[in-house]
Amino acid sequence: MEFPEEFRYTEEHEWVSLEGEIATIGITDFAQDQLGDVVFVELPAVGAMVVAGKPFGVVESVKAVSDVYAPISGEVVEINEELPDTPELINTSPYEDAWMIKIRPTQASDIDDLMDADAYREFVEEAG
Amino acid sequence: MLQKTPLNAVHRALGARMVEFGGWDMPVQYRGVIDEHLAVRGAAGLFDVSHMGEIDVRGPGALAYLQELTINDVSRLVDGQVQYNAMCYPHGGTVDDITLYRFSPEHYFLCVNASNTDKDFAWMEQVLADGDFPGVKVHNVSVDYAQLALQGPAAAAILAPLCSQPLNSIGYYHFAEGLVAGTPALISRTGYTGEDGFELYFEPAAAESVWAALMEAGAGDGLAPIGLGARDTLRLEKKFALYGHELSESISPLEAGLGWITRLEKPSFVGREALLRQKSGGIPRRLIGLSMSEPGIPRADYPVFCNGEEVGVVTSGTMSPSLRLGIALALVRGNTAPAVGTPLEIGIRGRRVKAVVAKTPFVTK
Repeated sequence: MEFPEEFRYTEEHEWVSLEGEIATIGITDFAQDQLGDVVFVELPAVGAMVVAGKPFGVVESVKAVSDVYAPISGEVVEINEELPDTPELINTSPYEDAWMIKIRPTQASDIDDLMDADAYREFVEEAG
Repeated sequence: MLQKTPLNAVHRALGARMVEFGGWDMPVQYRGVIDEHLAVRGAAGLFDVSHMGEIDVRGPGALAYLQELTINDVSRLVDGQVQYNAMCYPHGGTVDDITLYRFSPEHYFLCVNASNTDKDFAWMEQVLADGDFPGVKVHNVSVDYAQLALQGPAAAAILAPLCSQPLNSIGYYHFAEGLVAGTPALISRTGYTGEDGFELYFEPAAAESVWAALMEAGAGDGLAPIGLGARDTLRLEKKFALYGHELSESISPLEAGLGWITRLEKPSFVGREALLRQKSGGIPRRLIGLSMSEPGIPRADYPVFCNGEEVGVVTSGTMSPSLRLGIALALVRGNTAPAVGTPLEIGIRGRRVKAVVAKTPFVTK
Protein backbone atom coordinates (compact mmCIF):
# COMPACT_ATOMS: atom_id res chain seq x y z
CA MET A 1 0.00 0.00 0.00
CA GLU A 2 1.36 3.40 -1.00
CA PHE A 3 1.55 6.64 0.97
CA PRO A 4 3.38 9.38 -0.97
CA GLU A 5 6.03 11.00 1.23
CA GLU A 6 5.18 14.59 0.26
CA PHE A 7 1.47 14.34 1.20
CA ARG A 8 -0.27 14.92 4.52
CA TYR A 9 -3.03 12.65 5.84
CA THR A 10 -6.12 12.64 8.08
CA GLU A 11 -7.52 10.02 10.44
CA GLU A 12 -10.53 9.81 8.08
CA HIS A 13 -8.14 8.69 5.30
CA GLU A 14 -7.99 11.78 3.12
CA TRP A 15 -4.74 13.10 1.67
CA VAL A 16 -3.79 16.68 0.95
CA SER A 17 -0.93 18.02 -1.14
CA LEU A 18 0.07 21.69 -1.07
CA GLU A 19 1.62 23.27 -4.15
CA GLY A 20 2.07 27.01 -3.94
CA GLU A 21 -1.26 28.51 -2.87
CA ILE A 22 -3.38 25.53 -3.90
CA ALA A 23 -4.08 22.34 -1.94
CA THR A 24 -5.24 19.19 -3.73
CA ILE A 25 -7.39 16.70 -1.81
CA GLY A 26 -8.37 13.07 -2.33
CA ILE A 27 -8.81 9.79 -0.45
CA THR A 28 -5.99 7.39 0.33
CA ASP A 29 -5.07 4.01 -1.10
CA PHE A 30 -6.10 2.48 2.24
CA ALA A 31 -9.51 4.17 2.00
CA GLN A 32 -10.19 2.94 -1.53
CA ASP A 33 -9.11 -0.58 -0.57
CA GLN A 34 -11.48 -0.58 2.41
CA LEU A 35 -14.36 0.75 0.30
CA GLY A 36 -14.06 -1.73 -2.54
CA ASP A 37 -15.44 -0.89 -5.98
CA VAL A 38 -16.27 2.83 -5.99
CA VAL A 39 -19.36 3.45 -8.14
CA PHE A 40 -20.44 7.00 -7.31
CA VAL A 41 -18.75 10.26 -6.36
CA GLU A 42 -20.35 13.54 -5.32
CA LEU A 43 -18.25 16.71 -5.24
CA PRO A 44 -18.94 20.29 -4.10
CA ALA A 45 -19.31 23.16 -6.58
CA VAL A 46 -16.43 25.42 -7.48
CA GLY A 47 -16.63 28.41 -5.17
CA ALA A 48 -17.98 26.43 -2.22
CA MET A 49 -16.21 26.72 1.14
CA VAL A 50 -15.01 23.52 2.77
CA VAL A 51 -14.40 23.38 6.51
CA ALA A 52 -11.70 21.29 8.18
CA GLY A 53 -13.21 18.14 9.69
CA LYS A 54 -16.57 18.60 7.90
CA PRO A 55 -17.80 16.51 4.96
CA PHE A 56 -17.32 18.09 1.52
CA GLY A 57 -18.20 15.12 -0.69
CA VAL A 58 -19.44 11.57 -0.84
CA VAL A 59 -17.92 8.37 -2.15
CA GLU A 60 -20.14 5.32 -2.61
CA SER A 61 -19.08 1.74 -3.10
CA VAL A 62 -21.55 -0.92 -4.20
CA LYS A 63 -22.37 -1.55 -0.55
CA ALA A 64 -21.84 1.67 1.34
CA VAL A 65 -21.97 5.46 1.44
CA SER A 66 -18.99 7.31 2.92
CA ASP A 67 -18.52 10.99 3.58
CA VAL A 68 -15.24 12.60 2.58
CA TYR A 69 -13.96 15.19 5.08
CA ALA A 70 -11.95 18.32 4.38
CA PRO A 71 -8.44 18.05 5.86
CA ILE A 72 -8.17 21.86 6.00
CA SER A 73 -10.53 24.77 5.36
CA GLY A 74 -10.67 26.76 2.15
CA GLU A 75 -12.47 27.71 -1.02
CA VAL A 76 -12.95 25.18 -3.82
CA VAL A 77 -11.21 26.47 -6.96
CA GLU A 78 -11.43 23.35 -9.11
CA ILE A 79 -13.10 19.94 -9.01
CA ASN A 80 -12.14 16.77 -10.86
CA GLU A 81 -14.84 16.81 -13.55
CA GLU A 82 -13.90 13.31 -14.75
CA LEU A 83 -14.58 11.65 -11.43
CA PRO A 84 -18.42 11.55 -11.45
CA ASP A 85 -18.32 9.72 -14.81
CA THR A 86 -15.39 7.44 -13.92
CA PRO A 87 -15.57 6.85 -10.17
CA GLU A 88 -13.48 3.67 -10.57
CA LEU A 89 -10.44 5.97 -10.93
CA ILE A 90 -10.51 6.16 -7.12
CA ASN A 91 -9.67 2.45 -7.02
CA THR A 92 -7.04 2.55 -9.75
CA SER A 93 -5.32 5.89 -9.10
CA PRO A 94 -6.27 7.39 -5.73
CA TYR A 95 -3.32 9.83 -5.56
CA GLU A 96 -3.17 11.04 -9.16
CA ASP A 97 -6.07 10.65 -11.59
CA ALA A 98 -8.64 10.53 -8.79
CA TRP A 99 -7.78 13.76 -6.99
CA MET A 100 -11.14 15.17 -5.90
CA ILE A 101 -10.92 18.92 -5.30
CA LYS A 102 -8.41 21.76 -5.30
CA ILE A 103 -8.87 24.47 -2.69
CA ARG A 104 -7.32 27.80 -1.79
CA PRO A 105 -6.63 27.21 1.93
CA THR A 106 -7.85 29.76 4.46
CA GLN A 107 -4.60 29.13 6.31
CA ALA A 108 -2.08 26.96 4.49
CA SER A 109 -0.06 26.29 7.66
CA ASP A 110 -2.99 24.19 9.00
CA ILE A 111 -1.56 21.38 6.91
CA ASP A 112 1.29 21.08 9.41
CA ASP A 113 -1.14 19.74 12.02
CA LEU A 114 -1.91 16.69 9.85
CA MET A 115 -0.07 13.36 9.82
CA ASP A 116 2.94 12.92 7.57
CA ALA A 117 3.38 9.71 5.57
CA ASP A 118 5.19 7.84 8.34
CA ALA A 119 2.63 8.78 10.98
CA TYR A 120 -0.24 7.84 8.69
CA ARG A 121 1.35 4.48 7.79
CA GLU A 122 1.65 3.74 11.50
CA PHE A 123 -1.97 4.88 12.05
CA VAL A 124 -3.24 2.57 9.30
CA GLU A 125 -1.21 -0.37 10.56
CA GLU A 126 -2.70 0.07 14.02
CA ALA A 127 -6.21 0.38 12.58
CA GLY A 128 -5.88 -2.56 10.21
CA MET B 1 -18.50 -13.41 20.20
CA LEU B 2 -19.16 -13.91 16.51
CA GLN B 3 -20.05 -17.34 15.21
CA LYS B 4 -17.76 -18.82 12.58
CA THR B 5 -18.59 -21.18 9.75
CA PRO B 6 -16.31 -24.21 9.19
CA LEU B 7 -14.80 -22.29 6.23
CA ASN B 8 -13.69 -19.23 8.21
CA ALA B 9 -9.97 -20.02 7.80
CA VAL B 10 -10.45 -20.68 4.07
CA HIS B 11 -12.01 -17.24 3.56
CA ARG B 12 -9.22 -15.56 5.45
CA ALA B 13 -6.58 -17.45 3.48
CA LEU B 14 -8.27 -16.23 0.28
CA GLY B 15 -7.91 -12.65 1.52
CA ALA B 16 -11.62 -12.07 1.96
CA ARG B 17 -12.82 -8.96 3.72
CA MET B 18 -14.78 -10.25 6.71
CA VAL B 19 -17.80 -8.52 8.26
CA GLU B 20 -20.31 -9.21 11.00
CA PHE B 21 -23.60 -10.41 9.53
CA GLY B 22 -26.44 -11.57 11.78
CA GLY B 23 -24.00 -12.59 14.50
CA TRP B 24 -21.65 -14.37 12.07
CA ASP B 25 -18.15 -13.55 10.86
CA MET B 26 -18.71 -13.74 7.09
CA PRO B 27 -16.84 -12.84 3.89
CA VAL B 28 -18.37 -9.74 2.27
CA GLN B 29 -16.02 -9.83 -0.72
CA TYR B 30 -12.92 -11.52 -2.09
CA ARG B 31 -11.84 -9.86 -5.38
CA GLY B 32 -14.57 -7.22 -5.44
CA VAL B 33 -18.35 -7.10 -5.48
CA ILE B 34 -18.70 -6.21 -9.16
CA ASP B 35 -16.27 -8.90 -10.40
CA GLU B 36 -17.93 -11.50 -8.22
CA HIS B 37 -21.42 -10.49 -9.31
CA LEU B 38 -20.49 -10.73 -12.98
CA ALA B 39 -18.75 -14.08 -12.42
CA VAL B 40 -22.03 -15.56 -11.17
CA ARG B 41 -24.05 -14.10 -14.04
CA GLY B 42 -21.48 -15.17 -16.65
CA ALA B 43 -19.94 -18.39 -15.29
CA ALA B 44 -20.34 -19.58 -11.70
CA GLY B 45 -19.75 -18.65 -8.09
CA LEU B 46 -19.32 -20.56 -4.84
CA PHE B 47 -20.87 -19.12 -1.67
CA ASP B 48 -20.37 -20.26 1.92
CA VAL B 49 -23.88 -20.00 3.34
CA SER B 50 -23.23 -22.20 6.36
CA HIS B 51 -24.64 -19.45 8.56
CA MET B 52 -28.15 -20.32 7.36
CA GLY B 53 -30.27 -22.22 9.89
CA GLU B 54 -31.73 -25.69 9.42
CA ILE B 55 -34.71 -27.05 11.31
CA ASP B 56 -36.00 -30.61 11.07
CA VAL B 57 -39.71 -31.48 11.46
CA ARG B 58 -40.84 -35.09 11.86
CA GLY B 59 -43.85 -37.06 12.96
CA PRO B 60 -47.28 -38.27 11.87
CA GLY B 61 -48.77 -34.76 12.34
CA ALA B 62 -45.93 -32.96 10.50
CA LEU B 63 -48.04 -31.93 7.50
CA ALA B 64 -50.91 -30.62 9.64
CA TYR B 65 -48.42 -28.70 11.80
CA LEU B 66 -46.62 -27.13 8.84
CA GLN B 67 -49.94 -26.19 7.24
CA GLU B 68 -50.80 -24.23 10.39
CA LEU B 69 -47.28 -22.78 10.77
CA THR B 70 -46.73 -21.54 7.21
CA ILE B 71 -48.65 -19.54 4.59
CA ASN B 72 -48.00 -21.70 1.49
CA ASP B 73 -49.80 -24.99 0.81
CA VAL B 74 -47.44 -27.69 2.04
CA SER B 75 -49.81 -30.44 0.84
CA ARG B 76 -48.76 -29.60 -2.73
CA LEU B 77 -45.21 -30.83 -2.06
CA VAL B 78 -44.10 -34.30 -3.09
CA ASP B 79 -41.06 -36.17 -1.75
CA GLY B 80 -37.88 -34.57 -3.07
CA GLN B 81 -39.51 -31.20 -3.71
CA VAL B 82 -38.67 -27.77 -2.22
CA GLN B 83 -41.12 -24.93 -1.60
CA TYR B 84 -40.57 -21.22 -0.98
CA ASN B 85 -42.70 -20.36 2.02
CA ALA B 86 -43.02 -18.03 5.00
CA MET B 87 -44.21 -17.97 8.60
CA CYS B 88 -46.42 -15.14 9.84
CA TYR B 89 -47.50 -13.78 13.19
CA PRO B 90 -51.23 -13.59 13.93
CA HIS B 91 -51.17 -9.88 12.97
CA GLY B 92 -49.86 -10.75 9.49
CA GLY B 93 -46.28 -9.57 9.95
CA THR B 94 -43.58 -11.98 8.83
CA VAL B 95 -41.59 -14.22 11.17
CA ASP B 96 -39.28 -15.35 8.36
CA ASP B 97 -39.20 -16.52 4.78
CA ILE B 98 -37.99 -20.09 4.39
CA THR B 99 -37.40 -22.94 1.99
CA LEU B 100 -39.22 -26.11 2.96
CA TYR B 101 -38.00 -29.56 1.89
CA ARG B 102 -40.14 -32.71 1.92
CA PHE B 103 -38.23 -35.97 2.47
CA SER B 104 -41.38 -37.98 3.18
CA PRO B 105 -44.95 -37.29 4.32
CA GLU B 106 -43.69 -37.39 7.90
CA HIS B 107 -40.29 -35.72 7.49
CA TYR B 108 -39.63 -32.13 6.43
CA PHE B 109 -36.64 -29.81 6.65
CA LEU B 110 -36.61 -26.00 6.78
CA CYS B 111 -33.82 -23.67 5.74
CA VAL B 112 -34.19 -20.33 7.56
CA ASN B 113 -32.36 -17.01 7.68
CA ALA B 114 -29.23 -17.16 9.85
CA SER B 115 -30.07 -14.28 12.15
CA ASN B 116 -33.64 -15.58 12.60
CA THR B 117 -32.78 -19.17 13.48
CA ASP B 118 -33.29 -18.94 17.25
CA LYS B 119 -36.37 -16.74 16.89
CA ASP B 120 -37.87 -19.08 14.28
CA PHE B 121 -37.20 -22.17 16.34
CA ALA B 122 -38.80 -20.62 19.44
CA TRP B 123 -41.80 -19.57 17.33
CA MET B 124 -42.11 -23.06 15.88
CA GLU B 125 -42.06 -24.60 19.36
CA GLN B 126 -44.75 -22.15 20.46
CA VAL B 127 -47.05 -22.94 17.51
CA LEU B 128 -46.46 -26.62 18.19
CA ALA B 129 -47.38 -26.23 21.86
CA ASP B 130 -50.45 -24.07 21.11
CA GLY B 131 -51.95 -26.61 18.71
CA ASP B 132 -52.79 -30.28 18.69
CA PHE B 133 -50.12 -31.99 16.62
CA PRO B 134 -49.46 -35.36 18.24
CA GLY B 135 -46.10 -36.94 17.63
CA VAL B 136 -44.50 -33.92 15.92
CA LYS B 137 -40.86 -33.30 16.83
CA VAL B 138 -39.02 -30.10 15.88
CA HIS B 139 -35.22 -29.96 16.08
CA ASN B 140 -32.83 -27.10 15.42
CA VAL B 141 -30.12 -28.98 13.50
CA SER B 142 -28.21 -25.90 12.29
CA VAL B 143 -24.91 -26.99 13.85
CA ASP B 144 -25.07 -30.29 11.95
CA TYR B 145 -24.86 -28.64 8.53
CA ALA B 146 -22.44 -26.69 6.43
CA GLN B 147 -24.08 -25.18 3.35
CA LEU B 148 -22.55 -24.14 0.05
CA ALA B 149 -24.35 -22.47 -2.84
CA LEU B 150 -22.95 -23.14 -6.31
CA GLN B 151 -24.68 -20.69 -8.65
CA GLY B 152 -24.42 -19.62 -12.26
CA PRO B 153 -24.83 -20.93 -15.80
CA ALA B 154 -21.79 -23.23 -15.40
CA ALA B 155 -22.90 -24.64 -12.02
CA ALA B 156 -24.31 -27.93 -13.32
CA ALA B 157 -21.28 -28.64 -15.50
CA ILE B 158 -18.96 -28.03 -12.53
CA LEU B 159 -20.95 -30.13 -10.06
CA ALA B 160 -21.81 -33.07 -12.34
CA PRO B 161 -18.43 -34.86 -12.29
CA LEU B 162 -18.26 -34.60 -8.46
CA CYS B 163 -21.78 -35.77 -7.82
CA SER B 164 -23.14 -39.31 -7.51
CA GLN B 165 -26.57 -38.20 -8.73
CA PRO B 166 -27.40 -37.36 -12.35
CA LEU B 167 -28.16 -33.62 -12.13
CA ASN B 168 -30.61 -33.64 -15.01
CA SER B 169 -32.89 -35.71 -12.77
CA ILE B 170 -33.03 -32.85 -10.21
CA GLY B 171 -35.47 -30.22 -11.46
CA TYR B 172 -35.72 -26.61 -10.31
CA TYR B 173 -36.87 -26.50 -6.66
CA HIS B 174 -36.26 -30.22 -6.26
CA PHE B 175 -33.54 -32.06 -4.34
CA ALA B 176 -31.84 -35.42 -4.04
CA GLU B 177 -29.56 -37.12 -1.54
CA GLY B 178 -26.22 -38.30 -2.83
CA LEU B 179 -22.47 -37.88 -2.62
CA VAL B 180 -20.64 -34.65 -3.49
CA ALA B 181 -16.87 -35.15 -3.63
CA GLY B 182 -17.42 -38.31 -1.59
CA THR B 183 -19.43 -36.59 1.14
CA PRO B 184 -23.10 -37.47 1.77
CA ALA B 185 -25.08 -34.36 0.88
CA LEU B 186 -28.50 -32.95 0.24
CA ILE B 187 -28.32 -31.57 -3.30
CA SER B 188 -30.95 -28.92 -3.90
CA ARG B 189 -31.55 -27.14 -7.20
CA THR B 190 -32.32 -23.80 -5.57
CA GLY B 191 -30.59 -20.50 -4.93
CA TYR B 192 -30.77 -16.79 -4.27
CA THR B 193 -29.21 -15.42 -7.45
CA GLY B 194 -31.79 -16.10 -10.16
CA GLU B 195 -29.28 -18.31 -11.98
CA ASP B 196 -29.32 -22.07 -12.35
CA GLY B 197 -27.52 -23.61 -9.41
CA PHE B 198 -27.45 -25.75 -6.34
CA GLU B 199 -27.48 -25.47 -2.58
CA LEU B 200 -25.55 -28.28 -0.91
CA TYR B 201 -26.06 -29.31 2.72
CA PHE B 202 -23.60 -31.67 4.39
CA GLU B 203 -21.64 -32.29 7.59
CA PRO B 204 -19.45 -29.36 8.73
CA ALA B 205 -16.34 -31.57 9.04
CA ALA B 206 -16.33 -32.00 5.25
CA ALA B 207 -16.70 -28.29 4.45
CA GLU B 208 -13.08 -27.60 3.55
CA SER B 209 -12.71 -30.69 1.36
CA VAL B 210 -15.99 -30.11 -0.53
CA TRP B 211 -15.14 -26.41 -1.02
CA ALA B 212 -11.68 -27.33 -2.34
CA ALA B 213 -13.04 -30.02 -4.66
CA LEU B 214 -15.60 -27.64 -6.15
CA MET B 215 -13.11 -24.80 -6.57
CA GLU B 216 -10.71 -27.16 -8.33
CA ALA B 217 -13.44 -28.61 -10.56
CA GLY B 218 -14.59 -25.13 -11.53
CA ALA B 219 -11.19 -23.53 -12.10
CA GLY B 220 -11.40 -23.93 -15.87
CA ASP B 221 -14.97 -22.59 -15.98
CA GLY B 222 -14.21 -19.36 -14.14
CA LEU B 223 -15.67 -20.42 -10.80
CA ALA B 224 -15.04 -17.70 -8.21
CA PRO B 225 -15.66 -17.49 -4.45
CA ILE B 226 -18.48 -15.03 -3.79
CA GLY B 227 -19.10 -12.91 -0.70
CA LEU B 228 -22.23 -11.49 0.86
CA GLY B 229 -21.83 -8.22 -1.07
CA ALA B 230 -22.51 -9.85 -4.42
CA ARG B 231 -25.06 -12.19 -2.87
CA ASP B 232 -27.07 -9.06 -2.05
CA THR B 233 -26.71 -7.38 -5.47
CA LEU B 234 -27.53 -10.65 -7.26
CA ARG B 235 -30.75 -11.19 -5.31
CA LEU B 236 -31.75 -7.55 -5.62
CA GLU B 237 -31.53 -7.58 -9.43
CA LYS B 238 -34.02 -10.48 -9.30
CA LYS B 239 -36.34 -8.82 -6.74
CA PHE B 240 -35.82 -11.59 -4.18
CA ALA B 241 -36.84 -10.41 -0.71
CA LEU B 242 -34.29 -10.14 2.09
CA TYR B 243 -35.66 -10.49 5.60
CA GLY B 244 -35.15 -7.28 7.55
CA HIS B 245 -35.59 -5.24 4.37
CA GLU B 246 -38.52 -6.37 2.20
CA LEU B 247 -39.98 -8.60 4.92
CA SER B 248 -40.15 -8.04 8.66
CA GLU B 249 -42.35 -8.33 11.69
CA SER B 250 -44.13 -5.21 10.41
CA ILE B 251 -44.22 -6.12 6.68
CA SER B 252 -46.69 -8.77 5.52
CA PRO B 253 -46.01 -11.19 2.67
CA LEU B 254 -48.85 -9.57 0.71
CA GLU B 255 -47.14 -6.19 0.96
CA ALA B 256 -43.84 -7.76 -0.12
CA GLY B 257 -45.39 -9.13 -3.32
CA LEU B 258 -45.55 -12.70 -2.02
CA GLY B 259 -49.25 -13.19 -2.75
CA TRP B 260 -48.20 -16.14 -4.91
CA ILE B 261 -47.11 -18.10 -1.83
CA THR B 262 -49.95 -16.85 0.41
CA ARG B 263 -52.59 -19.56 0.18
CA LEU B 264 -55.56 -17.84 1.77
CA GLU B 265 -57.78 -20.70 0.56
CA LYS B 266 -56.16 -22.94 3.17
CA PRO B 267 -58.76 -23.34 5.96
CA SER B 268 -56.38 -22.26 8.71
CA PHE B 269 -52.87 -20.96 9.29
CA VAL B 270 -51.27 -18.45 11.68
CA GLY B 271 -51.86 -14.96 10.27
CA ARG B 272 -54.63 -15.99 7.86
CA GLU B 273 -57.33 -13.70 9.32
CA ALA B 274 -55.07 -10.65 9.28
CA LEU B 275 -53.93 -11.37 5.72
CA LEU B 276 -57.54 -11.92 4.60
CA ARG B 277 -58.45 -8.53 6.08
CA GLN B 278 -55.55 -6.92 4.18
CA LYS B 279 -56.59 -8.61 0.97
CA SER B 280 -60.26 -7.55 1.23
CA GLY B 281 -59.72 -4.13 2.84
CA GLY B 282 -56.78 -3.07 0.70
CA ILE B 283 -53.14 -4.00 1.12
CA PRO B 284 -51.54 -1.01 2.94
CA ARG B 285 -48.28 -0.93 0.97
CA ARG B 286 -46.82 -2.44 -2.18
CA LEU B 287 -43.28 -3.45 -3.02
CA ILE B 288 -42.10 -1.88 -6.27
CA GLY B 289 -38.90 -1.86 -8.26
CA LEU B 290 -37.40 1.46 -9.27
CA SER B 291 -34.41 2.58 -11.28
CA MET B 292 -32.67 5.93 -11.26
CA SER B 293 -33.04 8.26 -14.24
CA GLU B 294 -30.40 10.65 -12.85
CA PRO B 295 -27.01 9.84 -11.29
CA GLY B 296 -27.36 8.54 -7.75
CA ILE B 297 -27.66 5.33 -5.80
CA PRO B 298 -30.83 4.64 -3.84
CA ARG B 299 -30.23 3.10 -0.42
CA ALA B 300 -32.37 1.49 2.27
CA ASP B 301 -34.49 4.01 4.23
CA TYR B 302 -34.28 6.81 1.63
CA PRO B 303 -37.73 8.42 1.14
CA VAL B 304 -39.67 7.93 -2.12
CA PHE B 305 -41.78 10.74 -3.60
CA CYS B 306 -44.48 10.65 -6.28
CA ASN B 307 -46.02 13.90 -7.57
CA GLY B 308 -44.17 15.75 -4.83
CA GLU B 309 -45.73 13.69 -2.06
CA GLU B 310 -43.78 11.25 0.14
CA VAL B 311 -45.28 7.84 -0.66
CA GLY B 312 -42.87 5.34 0.80
CA VAL B 313 -39.36 4.24 1.54
CA VAL B 314 -36.55 2.31 -0.14
CA THR B 315 -36.11 -1.14 1.43
CA SER B 316 -32.94 -2.17 -0.48
CA GLY B 317 -30.92 -0.32 -3.08
CA THR B 318 -27.63 -0.62 -4.89
CA MET B 319 -25.70 0.12 -8.02
CA SER B 320 -26.69 -2.79 -10.26
CA PRO B 321 -23.46 -4.36 -11.54
CA SER B 322 -25.31 -5.85 -14.53
CA LEU B 323 -27.12 -2.64 -15.54
CA ARG B 324 -24.59 -0.10 -14.22
CA LEU B 325 -27.52 1.82 -12.84
CA GLY B 326 -28.95 2.61 -9.43
CA ILE B 327 -31.83 0.24 -8.65
CA ALA B 328 -33.98 -0.32 -5.59
CA LEU B 329 -36.95 -2.02 -4.06
CA ALA B 330 -39.33 0.25 -2.19
CA LEU B 331 -42.48 -0.07 -0.14
CA VAL B 332 -45.01 2.53 -1.27
CA ARG B 333 -48.43 3.36 0.12
CA GLY B 334 -51.58 2.16 -1.58
CA ASN B 335 -53.40 -0.97 -2.62
CA THR B 336 -52.28 -0.65 -6.22
CA ALA B 337 -48.68 -0.29 -7.24
CA PRO B 338 -47.89 2.62 -9.58
CA ALA B 339 -47.45 1.52 -13.21
CA VAL B 340 -44.05 0.81 -14.72
CA GLY B 341 -42.63 4.07 -16.01
CA THR B 342 -44.31 6.27 -13.39
CA PRO B 343 -41.90 9.08 -12.49
CA LEU B 344 -40.67 9.12 -8.89
CA GLU B 345 -38.11 11.03 -6.87
CA ILE B 346 -35.75 9.59 -4.27
CA GLY B 347 -34.56 11.72 -1.37
CA ILE B 348 -30.76 11.36 -1.43
CA ARG B 349 -28.94 13.44 1.19
CA GLY B 350 -31.65 16.08 1.17
CA ARG B 351 -31.93 16.32 -2.63
CA ARG B 352 -34.70 14.82 -4.74
CA VAL B 353 -33.25 12.70 -7.53
CA LYS B 354 -35.34 11.43 -10.44
CA ALA B 355 -36.26 7.75 -10.78
CA VAL B 356 -38.97 5.66 -12.44
CA VAL B 357 -40.99 2.63 -11.48
CA ALA B 358 -39.16 -0.27 -13.13
CA LYS B 359 -40.15 -3.63 -14.46
CA THR B 360 -38.97 -6.46 -12.19
CA PRO B 361 -36.97 -8.58 -12.12
CA PHE B 362 -34.53 -5.85 -13.15
CA VAL B 363 -32.36 -8.39 -14.94
CA THR B 364 -33.74 -11.21 -17.10
CA LYS B 365 -31.91 -13.83 -19.08
